[in-house]
Amino acid sequence: MSMKISTRQVDGVTILDLGGRITLGEGSVQLRDSVRDLLSKGQKKILLNLGEVNYIDSSGIGELVSAYTTVRNQGGELKLLNLTRKVHDLLQITKLYTVFDVKDDEASAIASYSRA
Amino acid sequence: MLDITRHQQANFAYGQCEPLNAPFQSEEEHLTGQQASRISYTLDSSLDSVNKVEQTAEQVARKAGVDEDEIFRISMAVREAAVNAVLHGNAYDPEKHMTASFENTGSSLVIRITDEGKGLDPSTLPDPLAPENLLRGSGRGIFLIRSFMDEVHFRQLHPGTELTLIKHLGSAPTA
Repeated sequence: MSMKISTRQVDGVTILDLGGRITLGEGSVQLRDSVRDLLSKGQKKILLNLGEVNYIDSSGIGELVSAYTTVRNQGGELKLLNLTRKVHDLLQITKLYTVFDVKDDEASAIASYSRA
Repeated sequence: MLDITRHQQANFAYGQCEPLNAPFQSEEEHLTGQQASRISYTLDSSLDSVNKVEQTAEQVARKAGVDEDEIFRISMAVREAAVNAVLHGNAYDPEKHMTASFENTGSSLVIRITDEGKGLDPSTLPDPLAPENLLRGSGRGIFLIRSFMDEVHFRQLHPGTELTLIKHLGSAPTA
């Protein structure tokens, strides 16, 4: 049940490819640690690819929000890519869909980051 | 109005009566002469217990014949209730337990989750949709439970809280 996570770089943007479940005690901790690790290395343009995330609970949603605010507070940008229908619906219900910058195409997502 | 027995109905009234199930049952019970069946567990305060409760909810919902989307909503709501019990109620205390019961009355799925914590007053919970709370890192569990279930009832057990989640079978999707 643990979350899979891999990291890659494209045009100065760090993409975290997530898969599985982002839930309390499992994926949420991995996500938090990964984002913090990136920020500690000065990597502040972060794209979370959620295309393989089939489940997220309220803790996972909270971790997405925390990651977003943490990155933003450090002058960075965190965006979401390829939401599954369930994750999309959950973000809609919790009114977070318009908070995040959600993309459904990787190329346009990368192009949308500030060129600072 | 729920289509349930009078005995069960009395126990569903908010803030009244004793829990329907004995606290330490851990077996599946088949109520004589009815289509209803009941499963109940007493579990420790761990994430493994949360996962077990979630899996049971999924199995019960699937057995009840609801569609996949509804199975997802029910199992997620139950998971959120179990997380509340283990994390916020019992604070992972190994001395405290969570109980989970699952009942199919024929017309409804009735799931009860209890903890042994200091109690929860749902009226004090902040609205996660309020603009000032939108970027909080927590506080959405009860909201999701209410979004996905047809009825949600809180009962103070002194100590602890009992959360009753009800899904009417054959009802339209709640979210």
